[in-house]
Amino acid sequence: MNRPVHAAARTPTPIAVTLVVAAWAIVGLFVVVPLASVFREAFSGGVGAWWAALAHDPDTRHAIWLSLTVAPLAVVFNTLFGVAAAWLVARFRFPGRSLLITLFDLPFSVSPVVAGLALVLIFGRQGLLGPTLAALGWKVIFSWPGLVLATTFVTLPLVVRELLPVMESIGPEEEMAAVSLGANGWQVFTRVTLPTIRWALLHGVVLANARAVGEFGAVYVVSGHIAGATDTMPLRVEKLFQEYRQPASMAVASVLAGLALVTLVAKFVIERRLGAESRERQAIRAPDDPVVEAARP
Amino acid sequence: MSIHVRDVSKAFGSFRALDRVSLDVPDGALLALLGPSGSGKTTLLRVIAGLEHPDAGTITEDGADVTERHARSRGVGFVFQHYALFRHMTVFENVAFGLRIRHVPRPEVTRRVEELLRLVRLEGLGGRRPAQLSGGQRQRVALARALAIRPRILLLDEPFGALDAKVRVELRQWLRRLHDEIGMTSVFVTHDQEEAFELADEVVVMNHGRIEQRGTPAEVFDRPATPFVMDFLGTVNLFHGRVENGRAFWHGIPIPVDGSDGTDARPRPARVYLRPHELDISRTASPSGAESSLAAEVVRVAPAGSVTRVACRPCGADADVQVDLPAERARDLGLRPGEMVRVTPRTARVFPVDHDYVI
Repeated sequence: MNRPVHAAARTPTPIAVTLVVAAWAIVGLFVVVPLASVFREAFSGGVGAWWAALAHDPDTRHAIWLSLTVAPLAVVFNTLFGVAAAWLVARFRFPGRSLLITLFDLPFSVSPVVAGLALVLIFGRQGLLGPTLAALGWKVIFSWPGLVLATTFVTLPLVVRELLPVMESIGPEEEMAAVSLGANGWQVFTRVTLPTIRWALLHGVVLANARAVGEFGAVYVVSGHIAGATDTMPLRVEKLFQEYRQPASMAVASVLAGLALVTLVAKFVIERRLGAESRERQAIRAPDDPVVEAARP
Repeated sequence: MSIHVRDVSKAFGSFRALDRVSLDVPDGALLALLGPSGSGKTTLLRVIAGLEHPDAGTITEDGADVTERHARSRGVGFVFQHYALFRHMTVFENVAFGLRIRHVPRPEVTRRVEELLRLVRLEGLGGRRPAQLSGGQRQRVALARALAIRPRILLLDEPFGALDAKVRVELRQWLRRLHDEIGMTSVFVTHDQEEAFELADEVVVMNHGRIEQRGTPAEVFDRPATPFVMDFLGTVNLFHGRVENGRAFWHGIPIPVDGSDGTDARPRPARVYLRPHELDISRTASPSGAESSLAAEVVRVAPAGSVTRVACRPCGADADVQVDLPAERARDLGLRPGEMVRVTPRTARVFPVDHDYVI
């Protein structure tokens, strides 16, 4: 199975060398160099200037704080929704199930700007629920609830999409076994379901968080772009950039890029765990493995 | 604990998994549900466990109606086909699960789990995870886990299905001994007749969501109630013929018919079944006369352990007849493909032609 890889490693043909070099060149040119230049620009005035740009501008400080509030809230909603939806779809057969699975993906195929506009049409002052919300004194659009809604919308598929295949491949038998041993619904969920999906869930949460922190389009529409009130980090980056304050803009951008790198590491670690679990799953289903059998004391 | 299933039906969409099934399992019995896949045997087992709710009918345990009782409070031990061990827990925690749910005190849990691991011969492996065990070991963990809650009924779904042949035979004998020691009412599902016959006191043969026959292994094998049971339990030679006066006619030679189905004096068409081991081969016609044996050509000779399988083509027939000879007899005869022999059927089973069925 690994032969092509080995062959390429042992006797590098000109084509193989060309392809490897080309791949590195493209990744380097379009990913590494731009990202590195963000950091270079951000730190061009030294660490002190970088820190000052982030900490001494109250609007920037607020944007960082807002992002670190809105993104976790959206992730919490997504986690609750994702676990419940994946469980529903993986464990039950009902009319419209396939359609529902397709609809989970809708936020990925819709442009974030359109998603933002749709929310304005529903929750805006002239929107469907506008008068009701106004009567209750709730402000959604041009306020932080709108940001949470928009961010939740665009990150909706991430957790459920991670969980669904894992829950389907695990099957309902372990849960049924727990029930037959006397466990109630909550005990089944906390002691059996949740522990078996924990790495997939964490993977989904990390991806959803990365996307939530970086979301621009949908948030741009619903935020109204009010500095010090509804500007998140990506919006702040854009605003500073438009105001020709490039070093400050790059400083905020470097925080976003840093979060992306942390995500990358977390993703790598989690994916190794997931790979190990999926191998375990296959081993557990397979009939007697002679290797395991021989290792028996 | 005795189990009584009354007129239970269950459908999944348009598929009828169980069709008005009734079954009594006496206290302390070891019963096998035998049938091909899709025959409803696993559904019946799950209905008894409370894991599936029947569309109609009732389940009673020792006279108490438990149909509406949740699986959680049935107190039934269930061993799943692929064992369904909790993969994130150690062997010890797997076995302890039911006890922890019941808030059994910690020292008591430790004592019980160690006792059970000893019982299933896994002492010292409590710290392992399911993935680090062999199939046979996993099966025994699943059994220990089910036994931990002291169930009064033990249900096993294809308990040996995922094991290799040698481990399977060992575990089968071990499970039989264990059942005799504990003496709890047990029902297991299998599609393997050898497994059912070796392990169970009684066998229930199922097909298309219905029970075809129930009886001891000997009863079911020797007196199959329906053509399906006949066909399902091992190889058979089937041909369409005629019965009259308790004799079936096969290429003109009479065969005594087993059972009451062919005693009608009036000749009528019938399906005639001959088990391979109920035919004999000889070089010359038997003393009782040539009229009870048939000339045939040997087509194939295949030794298979204690028996030798011989395929013969009767003169003028268009299909082979399968004959199982004891290995010794086959050696004495020294049969070779192409030679002419006499085939003598000893007994046959007949079913009326209208008694039709599909597998």
